[in-house]
Amino acid sequence: MYAYDELDRTLINERVSEFRDQVKRRLSGELTEDEFKILRLQNGVYLQLHAYMFRVAIPYGTLSSKQLRRLAHVARRYDRGYGHFTTRQNIQFNWIKLAELPDALADLAEVGIHAMQTSGNNMRNVTSDQWAGVAPGEIEDPRIWSEIIRQHTTLHPEFSFLPRKFKIAITAAEHDRAAIKIHDIGLRLHKNADGETGFEVLVGGGLGRTPFIAKTIKPFVSGRDILGYIEAILRVYNQYGRRDNIYKARIKILVHELGIEKFAKEVDEEWKAMGDVGLTLDHTAIEEVRSRFSYPAYEKLPHMPDELKQAAHDKLFERWRKNSVSAHKVQGYSIVTLSLKPVGGPPGDATAEQMDAVADLADKYSFGEIRVGHEQNLALPHVAKRDLPALFKALDRLGLATPNVNLVTDIIACPGLDYCSLANARSIPIAQELTRRFANHDTADLIGRLHINISGCINACGHHHVGHIGILGVEKNGEEFYQITIGGRADENAQLGTLIGPAVPYAEVADVIEDIVEAYLALRDRPEELFVDTVKRLGVEPIRERVYATR
Amino acid sequence: MTSPLEQKKIRITGPSVVTANRTWDGAVVYRTAKQGWSTELADSAVVSTSDDARALLAEATADDVGAVGPYIAPVELKDGGNVKPGNLREQIRAKGVTIDLQVPA
Amino acid sequence: MPLVKQGRLTTDLFVHVADGAELPGDGAVLVTAERFLADPEALLRRAGKVGVIWPNNRNLDDLVPHLDRLASVALVFPTFRDGRAYSQARLLRERYGYDGELRATGQILRDQFVFMTRAGFDAFEVKKDADADAFAQTVKRYSVFYQPTGDGRVTALNRRMQLRHSESAGQ
Repeated sequence: MYAYDELDRTLINERVSEFRDQVKRRLSGELTEDEFKILRLQNGVYLQLHAYMFRVAIPYGTLSSKQLRRLAHVARRYDRGYGHFTTRQNIQFNWIKLAELPDALADLAEVGIHAMQTSGNNMRNVTSDQWAGVAPGEIEDPRIWSEIIRQHTTLHPEFSFLPRKFKIAITAAEHDRAAIKIHDIGLRLHKNADGETGFEVLVGGGLGRTPFIAKTIKPFVSGRDILGYIEAILRVYNQYGRRDNIYKARIKILVHELGIEKFAKEVDEEWKAMGDVGLTLDHTAIEEVRSRFSYPAYEKLPHMPDELKQAAHDKLFERWRKNSVSAHKVQGYSIVTLSLKPVGGPPGDATAEQMDAVADLADKYSFGEIRVGHEQNLALPHVAKRDLPALFKALDRLGLATPNVNLVTDIIACPGLDYCSLANARSIPIAQELTRRFANHDTADLIGRLHINISGCINACGHHHVGHIGILGVEKNGEEFYQITIGGRADENAQLGTLIGPAVPYAEVADVIEDIVEAYLALRDRPEELFVDTVKRLGVEPIRERVYATR
Repeated sequence: MTSPLEQKKIRITGPSVVTANRTWDGAVVYRTAKQGWSTELADSAVVSTSDDARALLAEATADDVGAVGPYIAPVELKDGGNVKPGNLREQIRAKGVTIDLQVPA
Repeated sequence: MPLVKQGRLTTDLFVHVADGAELPGDGAVLVTAERFLADPEALLRRAGKVGVIWPNNRNLDDLVPHLDRLASVALVFPTFRDGRAYSQARLLRERYGYDGELRATGQILRDQFVFMTRAGFDAFEVKKDADADAFAQTVKRYSVFYQPTGDGRVTALNRRMQLRHSESAGQ
C-alpha cells in the first residue's frame, strides 16, 4: 500500500475546497454550464441519463479496507447503495447530487481517495496490473512507477487541457493484465542487457471509433529518464494533436497520421532539447517513493496446508479454487479473485453491503488490502492458503464466489443505455441474459477461457474490439442492434476482433453468441485450444458459416 | 438512439417536449408551459411544430442555472391526453433502468 | 478588459493594434505575429515598447531571435479548453530564457490561474471582473505541487527528500 503523507493529503484537501467553491459558483449562476463542465469533468463528474455520475480513482487498483469501507459509505450516504467498478480501475456512482458532491469528496479525502482527472481531456488514472507486487516472476512492483507517474500527472500545469483524454497503463509481468496495448501510453517494465530496469514504451493505442493497437516507440527507456520521456511525448501531443475534430483528437490519430517513425523522431528531438529540467529520477528519489509502500509481513507457511487437503473433497470449493485462486510469489499464499459477475447480475456492480463485507474479509484474510482489476472484478492479494476454505464460505454467502473468472460469463460491459447519455443501446441486459444462458458452470468450464466484451456505443468503454467475442450496440431506425466481432484480445498479443456478420437485433444476440460458442466447440482441435486460438487458426469464415447459415 | 447531445437542426416530426437534468441534483426534468421545470413528464409543455419546439428550447436553454443540457425529445400522446416517452432512451430516463439493480446474493 | 499583473488589477499600457491599422507614434503596442514578422526592425525602432501576440499553433522558432527586444509576448487561448499555450509559455520561460511580460489572452477562467502562473504567465487579460478580483486568493489555492516547472516552486518529492535529509542530519 502507498501511504499518503501530509503533502498528498494537503493537495487533495485543497482540491476539495477548490471544487466546493466551483460548485457553489455553478449553483449560484456565477459559472455557466459551459465553463463548469471542464471543471466538473476534471473532478470525475459526468452528467448521465438519470443524474450526475461520479467517477472515483483507484490508482493502480489498490485499496485498503478502510478506503473500501469509505466507498461503501459514499454509495450508501450519497447514492443508491451500490457502485460500479470500471475497466480502468475506477468506481462509479450513478445517482450523485451535484450539491452533495463536495461533501462526498471530502469524506473520500479523509482516507486518501480522490476523483481528480478521472474524466476530462487530461491525464487519467494511471492503471496497472491488479496483481502488482504479488504476481510471481514480476520484474518489480510496477505500482512504484505508477505512483511516481500518478503524482507527476496530477494537476500538471502544462497538460491539463490536452486535445483529448490520455491514459497510461503499466505492467511488469510477462502476462499483461493491464491491457497496456490499448492505452495512449503503455509501459512494460523490463531489464535491458546491462541488467538495468526500464521500460518498453508503447504509444498510440486506444479503442473507440478508430481503434489502434499501440506501437513501440522506444524499446528501452531507463527508469531514471521515464518522466522526461513521457513529458516529451505529451508536449508533442499537446502541440500537434488535432483539436478540430473530437473523434480525431486522441494521440493514436496523431501517431497514425505522422507514422510512428516520424512521431518518434519528434519526441526524441523534444526529449533532447528538454535537457535537465528536474525530471531525472535518481536512486534517492525512486527510493523515496518506494519507501512509502508497505508490504505485509508474510508468515513462513507450507505450500499445501492441511486445511486445503481437507477441503479438496468439497466439489464446490475445488471448482472455485481452480477457477478463482492464483499463484502468489510467496509460498503458502494465494491471490483470490472475487467475481463481480454473478449469474443474472450487472457486471462490475457491488452493493455497499458487499463492499463492507469484502473490507472485513480483507482485514481478516488479506492484510487489509483489496485490488481492483480492469476486468471489473476485485481481488484479495495476500490470502494464506490455509484460509481459503473459510474465505470461500464467506464469499459464497456474499454472492462473490461465482467460479467464472476468465470464463464466458466473466463479461466486461459498459453501463450502456441504461445509464449513459452517449449510449446507443443497452449493454447490461445483454450481459445478464448471456450469464443466464451459460449459467451452468460445468459448461462454462468446458468452453474454457473466453472473454466477452460489450459496449453500448462506438466509444467502446466495454472494450468490445478486444473481446474474444465483442458486442457493439448500434442504433438502426430507433431500434437496438448489435455488431459482433470475434478474435480480439487485450493482452500482450493484443489484437482487434473481426466482424462476423450483419448486426443482429437485441432479442437475437444471446442466440448468436450461443451459436458462435457451439461452432467453436465443434471446430476446436482439442479441448485445450482456446476460443481465440481457434479463431486465429481457422479465421472467421468457418465460424461465420455455421452461425449465419440458417440466419 | 442518436444522442440528442448532437442535436443541431431543429425539425420535429411529431409531438415533442424539452427535457434536461436539474442542475443541483441531476434529476430528469421536463420544461413546463409555465416557464419552469417538473420531474413529471405529465407536466411538460408538448409542442407539435418545429417553431414552437425551437422557442421552447430557447427559453429552456436560457435557464442555465436551473437545468443542464436541454434538448428536444419525442413523446407519444395516448388517448385521454397521457404523455408517454417517444423512444427507449426517454423511457429509461422517465422510468429508470431496465435492469434489476440488486446484485443477487 | 481587466488586466491582472503582479497579482493585481492594473491599467494596460499596451494598445492592441489591429493588422492594417496605423501604429501610434509612441506608447506600447501589441501587434500580431504576422505584422511583427513582416518588418520587425521597423517596429522595434519606433519609440515605445513592442509586444507580439503569438498564435498557439505557430512554432516559436520565428519568435525566439527577437525575444530579448520584446516587452511582452501574448499567448492565445482561443477557448479555455485549448491548452497549447501552456506548452509555449513553458518553452519561452524555461528553454529560451524569456523574462519579459508573458501575457495570457483570449478565454481565461480564474480556475486556470494556478496552471498559468506555474507555466510562466505573469499577466492576464481576464474576461470577467469577478475573476480578476479573485486573482490573489485563487493563486494561493494550492500549496503542494508535484511537478517541477520554471516557477521554481519546490516539488512535493523534493520537499520529502529535504525533510528526510534534515531528519537524518538531526539524529
